Amino acid sequence: MTVIIRVELPQHLRTLAHVGHEVEIQVEGPVTQRSVLDAVESAYPMLRGAIRDHVTKQRRAFLRFFACQEDLTHESPDAPLPEAVVSGKEPFLIIGAIAGG
Amino acid sequence: MSKVRVLVGTRKGAFILAADGKRDKWEVSGPHFAGWELYHLKGSPADPNRIYASQTSGWFGQVIQRSDDGGKTWHQPGTPPGETTGPGGMPKGESNKFVYDTAAAPLTTHQFYDGTQHPWEFKRVWHLEPSLTDPDTVYAGVEDAALFRSTDGGKNWKELPGLRGHGTGPKWQPGAGGMCLHTIILDPKDPNRIYIAISAAGAFRTDDGGKTWKPINKGLYSKYIPNPTAEIGHCVHHVAMNPKRPSVLFMQKHWDVMRSDNAGDEWTKISGNLPTDFGFVIDIHSHEPETIYVIPIKSDGEHYVHEGKLRVFRSKTGGNEWEALTKGLPQENCYVNVLRDAMAVDTLDKCGIYFGTTGGQVYMSPDAGDSWSPIVRDLPAVLSVEVQTLA
Repeated sequence: MTVIIRVELPQHLRTLAHVGHEVEIQVEGPVTQRSVLDAVESAYPMLRGAIRDHVTKQRRAFLRFFACQEDLTHESPDAPLPEAVVSGKEPFLIIGAIAGG
Repeated sequence: MSKVRVLVGTRKGAFILAADGKRDKWEVSGPHFAGWELYHLKGSPADPNRIYASQTSGWFGQVIQRSDDGGKTWHQPGTPPGETTGPGGMPKGESNKFVYDTAAAPLTTHQFYDGTQHPWEFKRVWHLEPSLTDPDTVYAGVEDAALFRSTDGGKNWKELPGLRGHGTGPKWQPGAGGMCLHTIILDPKDPNRIYIAISAAGAFRTDDGGKTWKPINKGLYSKYIPNPTAEIGHCVHHVAMNPKRPSVLFMQKHWDVMRSDNAGDEWTKISGNLPTDFGFVIDIHSHEPETIYVIPIKSDGEHYVHEGKLRVFRSKTGGNEWEALTKGLPQENCYVNVLRDAMAVDTLDKCGIYFGTTGGQVYMSPDAGDSWSPIVRDLPAVLSVEVQTLA
C-alpha cells in the first residue's frame, strides 16, 4: 500500500532541500520512522547525512521526532507511526533540539 | 586591472568581499548559507571561479558547497545549476559523505582530553585545499583527524588512509577546538609532497602522494605532553609556506613560533621578542619570503589579543626580530581572537594582508602591514579568511 505522509522540516533542512516547511512524500508499506526517513532521503537526497548518519542510519544527536503532540524520538525506528500520521491528518515533525543553533 | 576577492567563513554564514586592485572600495555579498558555520572556503588556483565551501552544523552535519561562478551561485556538488539528477528531479546527495576507509586503515581510538581512549568519529570539514592544477581535485582536512580527497569536483570523497593508518592515532588528542586536521599545504614543485597539521598530533609530510606519511616534529617542545619532545602529540596551530620557496615552513604552535628550512625535518624557535608566542595564525609576504606575520594571543587560557591591543607582528628577518604593526588597529579595550585559518595574503605588487577576528571584523592592509583598515566590522565571528588575486 502506498500512502502520502506529511513531513515538517526544520528551517535549515528546508533551505538545503529548497522546499517549504512541509513536504509530502510517498511511503510504501508499513509507515515507520525508518520508512518515512528512507522516503524523505530518497525524494531529497541532499538531506542524506543531515538527519541520520550516512552509514549507521542513526539519528543525528541534536534532532528529535514528534507527531501528534508526542515525542517519538526514542521509539524504535520500526515501530508503526500514529494513525493520524498515516492518514495524513497530522504531519511527522523533524525538529532541531531546542538549543537552536 | 587586477581584482581581489576575499572569502570569509563565519559562525553564521559566508561572506564574499570584492574590490579592484586599489583595495579601497569593497562590495560585500552574503550571508551565504545563513545560519550555518562556514569553517572554510577556498578557490581553485587552476580556475578561480571554482570555489569550495565547508558548511557545517552540530545539528545537521556536514555539507560541501561549490560555486562555479566566483561565488554568485552555489550548489552541492553532483547538482550542477539547472541540472536535476536524482529521483523526482532532486539533486544527488553524496557530496557530504565522509566515511573513513576502515578497510585500508581500521578505526582506532584516540586520546581524549583526560588521556583515556575515545572513539574516532567524523564531525566536520575544517579545511579545503583545491589542487594547484586541477579544479576538480580538492583535499579536505576533517575532525576527527583524517585527510580526504575528491577528484570529481567534490561529488565523492575518499580518505587517504595512510595518514590515519600511520599507527600513532591512539596518541593523537583533541585541542580545544577538537581533533582536527586543519592545515593542508601542497608543494608546487613536487606534486607528491603534501604537508598537513593536526591539533594535537603535530605536522606530517608525505613524499609519495599521500600513501605514506612521516611525522615532522623534531625540534618542537610541548609541556602539555609527558615527553615534551615526543615525536607525536604537539598542538600545531598553523603552518605557512611561500610557494616560491616550498622547503621553508613557518609554524605557529600552541606556544612557540617555529621555522624549518628543510621541509619540516627540523624546526627552530623564532619567537624572539614577541610579547607572547601563543597564537593561531601565521602567514608570509607573497614576494618577500623572509617577511612573516603573526598575531600574538595572550595565552592558552585567555584567547584574546595581548594587553587589549590588536597588533600584527611582522618579522622581515625570517623570525626572532619582530615589530608591532598597529596603525589603524584598535589599541585599547580589544579582546578578540584571530583563529588559525583567518589570515591570508594577496599577490598584488604591494602585498595585501588580511585577517578576520572573532569580533566579526575583517581588516586589510594594502601596504604589507604598515597600515590597516576594516573592510567590514560587524560580521559573525570569523572562522576563516582566504584571498584570491584575480587577473
